[in-house]
Amino acid sequence: MSETVIPYMVKPHPVTGLPNGKFGIWLFLSSEVMLFGALFSSYVLIRIGMPHWPPEGGLSSEVLSVPWGTFNTAVLITSSITMVLAWASCKMGSLPRFKRWMGATVFLALVFLVVKYFEYSDKFHHDHFPSHDNFFAVYFLLTGLHGLHIVGGIIVNTFLLTWGSRMWKTDPEHFTNRVENAGLYWHFVDLVWIFLFPSLYLL
Amino acid sequence: MDAAGHEDVSKHMGPYYAVFVALLCLTAVTVGVSYLHLNRPLAITVALIIASVKAGLVAAVFMHLISEKKVIYAVLILTALFFALLLALPNLTTFEHHSGMPGT
Repeated sequence: MSETVIPYMVKPHPVTGLPNGKFGIWLFLSSEVMLFGALFSSYVLIRIGMPHWPPEGGLSSEVLSVPWGTFNTAVLITSSITMVLAWASCKMGSLPRFKRWMGATVFLALVFLVVKYFEYSDKFHHDHFPSHDNFFAVYFLLTGLHGLHIVGGIIVNTFLLTWGSRMWKTDPEHFTNRVENAGLYWHFVDLVWIFLFPSLYLL
Repeated sequence: MDAAGHEDVSKHMGPYYAVFVALLCLTAVTVGVSYLHLNRPLAITVALIIASVKAGLVAAVFMHLISEKKVIYAVLILTALFFALLLALPNLTTFEHHSGMPGT
């Protein structure tokens, strides 16, 4: 049996003008906008229905750690630029440089999760679970779902960094496209956090 | 492109670094403004404007939306439309709510 090859993974599809993978990732990101949009919309609805936010009084910035939130924002922004550099390294034909920048991206994503772990632990330590009130329900749901997206990104990026990079020898263009697609996803995860950070921590 | 077909994108890295610095600066501005303790509607407006600018920079430069194929724009316009509808939905339900509940 001859090997089945998915068409238009490197060359652009005549209809869309894009390789199929790239078109696919954009469709996926559109569905992600709706997922986060639905939850964000619910957050707005819950919040305008409450006399005080957070319900126990005070300010969000007094309940959550703004310094750690700011630090994590900087970490994600930095991981976006290292992701761009990883892709640019592929474009310039250097696998070692790609590995360095992709390694940095994965490392920064892990830093983000470690900080989130300490933030969550602190909340649990004070008996602030999702069931505590609407504020913590919204906080844990939105940051938890975002955290799962970080985990997903780490898995894909680690694959590209390790055994996935074997494709570089056989089909470097296809591999570069994969890195670009993983990058689009990663920037989207950064973009979601850009909205989550001020709306949960600062307002 | 060189003989091996690799593009020299190193000359085009400037905008990426500029956006990186801008994003860090705008993060500092957002946090700084939050310490001014503006009244809530104003604070929400300022924070969302800054977040939208940051998101716009990420999408335009990091995600290359500034020079993308038409089909992607079409998909995103449709997404934006449905996203706006999604955000508007709670308003529609609260209007109904208010009309049915005395004293609200």
